[in-house]
Amino acid sequence: MPQFDPSVFSELLVWLALTFVALYLLMSKFALPKVAAIIDARAERIQGNLAKAEAIQAEAAGVMAAYEKAIADAKAAAQAEIAKAQAQIAADTAKREAEFAQRLGAQTQDAEARIKATKAEAVAQVKAIAADLAGSIAGKLTGAGVDAAAASAAVDQALKERA
Amino acid sequence: MAADAHSPLAQFEIKPLLELHPFGIDATFTNASLIMVVVVALITLFIVAGMNKATIVPGRFQGMVEFFYEFIANLLQENTGSAGRKFFPLVFSLFMFILACNLIGLFGVFTVTSHIIVTFALALLVITIVTAVGFIRHGAHFCSYFVPQGAPMWLMPLMIPLEIISYLIRPISLSVRLFANMVAGHVMLTVIGGFVVGLNGLLIGFGVIPLAAIPLIFALEVLVALLQAYVFAILTCIYLNDAIHLAH
Repeated sequence: MPQFDPSVFSELLVWLALTFVALYLLMSKFALPKVAAIIDARAERIQGNLAKAEAIQAEAAGVMAAYEKAIADAKAAAQAEIAKAQAQIAADTAKREAEFAQRLGAQTQDAEARIKATKAEAVAQVKAIAADLAGSIAGKLTGAGVDAAAASAAVDQALKERA
Repeated sequence: MAADAHSPLAQFEIKPLLELHPFGIDATFTNASLIMVVVVALITLFIVAGMNKATIVPGRFQGMVEFFYEFIANLLQENTGSAGRKFFPLVFSLFMFILACNLIGLFGVFTVTSHIIVTFALALLVITIVTAVGFIRHGAHFCSYFVPQGAPMWLMPLMIPLEIISYLIRPISLSVRLFANMVAGHVMLTVIGGFVVGLNGLLIGFGVIPLAAIPLIFALEVLVALLQAYVFAILTCIYLNDAIHLAH
């Protein structure tokens, strides 16, 4: 095998050393930093964008919280307003009902009094007419004059017996 | 050692192109030297062309360069952690050099990595650096690497020499693995290629069988070329990690 011929070792080693050292220097000083620069720039860009996205997300969360707080505040205010209005309405209604009940009571009392008076008057008139009638009937029957007072007393007497 | 021109071993022949003997050293420019120079030029061109007009969002060519960069960077990071970062140019150069030599060899020119002295020199470079790193980071304490943890005391006279031998065998296993894979693949391709003619001579049409096998074996050899470069790189990372972290 030509690989085990020691006469070629020296030339192979010399050129391997030359070319490999050249490759190492080209890679480490020239080629690889170029690749590293762009990869680092990309990583930095991605990191920056991620940080930015995070900040925007935090901001959005803050806005959301403020929005929710505003909604809650508005709801609470509305609730308070509604409660107040309801209380007002209830108070008004109670007051009006009380007034109405009072007025109704007074009117009822008035009407009852009027009815009583009218009734008493009617009874008195009926009594007078009855006495008158009884007096004139008795006068016609007996032909004698009847005392108006006696007739009235007799009517009273008769009404009492009937009652 | 001149193998005959049709021997499967003829492809490993070193052919001088330009005789050079500076300071009495034989530094003749040969077909192997030419391929090594081409490999270095191709790797550099690949990266420079890929990174020319590099953008944040990579194109296809730039993506390919970055793929190799990140592949080796991740390999080193996973095996050695951040302490191994300064060896990145070394591991990257080793991987790309071996990969390019292996792949170029498949196109019938010359395979630098099929020469044991080349692979041995690379393996020795790795082991020398690993050992130096071990002693620089840990001083004499690095010798505790050869004392297996948890083994009973009376086994030490046996275990310590074994550990030292296994450490010294590393450059040999590392270089022979790459060398043998490359040689075997190329010899097999050449031999089966020879069968195409040989079997046809025996019975017309018979040569089709080995001919059909060649693309499959070629595909396998591409895989081996990739795999052996990867194995060399990952073993370098593992040895580096041993030296950096002294963990058994």
